Amino acid sequence: MSASTYRVVRSSRASRIGLAVGALLVAGLAVLPYAAGSGTLRTLISFLTLVTVAQMWNLLAGYAGLLSVGQQAYIGLGAYALWVLADEVGVHPFVAVPLAGLIVGLIALPTAGLAFRLRGGYFAIGTWVIAEVYRLVIANIQAVGGGSGVTITAASHIARATRQNVTYWLALAVAVGTIGLVYGILRSRLGLALTAIRDDETSAESLGVHVFRTKLWVYVLSSFGCGLAGAVIYLNLLRIQPDAAFSVNWTALMIFVVVIGGVGTIEGPIIGAILYFILQETLADYGSWYLILVGLVAVVITLKAPRGLWGLLTERRPVHVFPLQRHVRIDASGEIPPVSGRPRSACADE
Amino acid sequence: MQPPVAPILELVNVSKSFGALKVVDELSVSLQSGEALGVVGPNGAGKTTMLNLISGTLRVDEGRIVFAGRDLGDCPPHIRCRIGIGRTYQIPRPFAGMTVFENVLVGATHGRGRPERASYDRCMAALERAGLEHKANELAGALTLLERKRLELARALATEPRVLLLDEIGGGLTEVEVRALIETIKSLRAEGLSIIWIEHIVHALLAVVDRLVAIDFGRKVMEGEPQAVINSPEVQDVYLGSAVP
Repeated sequence: MSASTYRVVRSSRASRIGLAVGALLVAGLAVLPYAAGSGTLRTLISFLTLVTVAQMWNLLAGYAGLLSVGQQAYIGLGAYALWVLADEVGVHPFVAVPLAGLIVGLIALPTAGLAFRLRGGYFAIGTWVIAEVYRLVIANIQAVGGGSGVTITAASHIARATRQNVTYWLALAVAVGTIGLVYGILRSRLGLALTAIRDDETSAESLGVHVFRTKLWVYVLSSFGCGLAGAVIYLNLLRIQPDAAFSVNWTALMIFVVVIGGVGTIEGPIIGAILYFILQETLADYGSWYLILVGLVAVVITLKAPRGLWGLLTERRPVHVFPLQRHVRIDASGEIPPVSGRPRSACADE
Repeated sequence: MQPPVAPILELVNVSKSFGALKVVDELSVSLQSGEALGVVGPNGAGKTTMLNLISGTLRVDEGRIVFAGRDLGDCPPHIRCRIGIGRTYQIPRPFAGMTVFENVLVGATHGRGRPERASYDRCMAALERAGLEHKANELAGALTLLERKRLELARALATEPRVLLLDEIGGGLTEVEVRALIETIKSLRAEGLSIIWIEHIVHALLAVVDRLVAIDFGRKVMEGEPQAVINSPEVQDVYLGSAVP
């Protein structure tokens, strides 16, 4: 009986390169307001918030199997929470953004209690109905502007350049923060449960995974992220109208981006958002032809590459920019560990 | 062989119906601590349903299931796993997008309420036990049937069960593979693990189990010393069919 040692490692060459490139990219994006014009910043704010909400929907649907069509509820609530905090309570609008996210997370908790009674397709429709209820309730309360909505006046008093730059930085921080959050979750014990649920819920449960609690956590976190994104979006737009803020188009966009990018991966929603913005920036002038083309792209990708663009790119050679997988390395001679004898562990997270 | 006295698991008049079809019908079975119990019966006899009722994947309609003196009642599957009921699935259900090691890690962490790093040793031990250590880094979705069956066993063992439920783990294996499986299960039994093993490969059961229960139409047909049960006319009838009257 000889003992062998092993290590469990997570990183790869691609991930180290990815981390370096990612850090450079974020640094480049962070100094952009000093170089880029107002139009570019506005486009990038939309892009970064789209990356955020797509990442959140991916966590929800791609991992927890919760196909929500009602995440617009949390974008809308995030927008209104920002308005209430900034205009009614008097919190500085920039400080109000993270607080709005937290409030939305708190609202999501009892909402989950209601939505989680439904399963599969019923859950999808149920979440949509819940989002509509939120929209109708707000549209019927005159104190929050009713159907015509409200303007975030506290934010409009801030100098335009300052407001836009800070909004941009907030969008960047929220996007990087949510990607980091998703990455952190997926690498943790919770992520292990979540990935197991993604692959087989029944057997996850038989192996001790508390499926309900895991899903609840994910739902609340995902709603928190959408709330943050909603607050940033409307800090940029300043005018909130319930029909637009609670529009199902938000979720349609999240689904589109995640599906074309690659569901169930962190890289997918980023790739999908990039593709969507390229399409939008190059073809938006063609009116309805643009929408037809976007639809066509979605149809072709779902038929030809059901794992999305990222899945297609990494089909032959798996690349993990965000290393989630654990690899066991047998040390010393690289031998297969002997059948008997308990291995000594020397775990390293390189 | 005289089994020890205290039953670790007891099914008392358990019934389960799917619509109008009664799949398990007032079934009473008990498993002594440290005992290996074999379950035989034709397809559709209710064997897998019985395991699903024990592991909590299905809820009983009537009767009760008692584990280590505790009435399981509405106890959900993940809690049943954590208190010591481990199971394998007849048709393996691997987490296809995770590596073999990670599959086992799910059981070792969540099945025991233990942090990840403290579970690595247990994972490696479970993989070695099931003969899968050389496949640790492969995606579970890429495994062969035999390897998937082994993964089922490794995952269940990683949860450190007190009772192990095996559902036709030998099905589809070659004779050599079955022999290896017999040795593995024998050694688990020798370590004091209580086992319920559903299997169609009768000689494998006879080589391992202390006692045999034969069920048909959700009811117990016979119970007792394995060889005697298999040779009894009732069980022969159930398995081979009787002459049409």
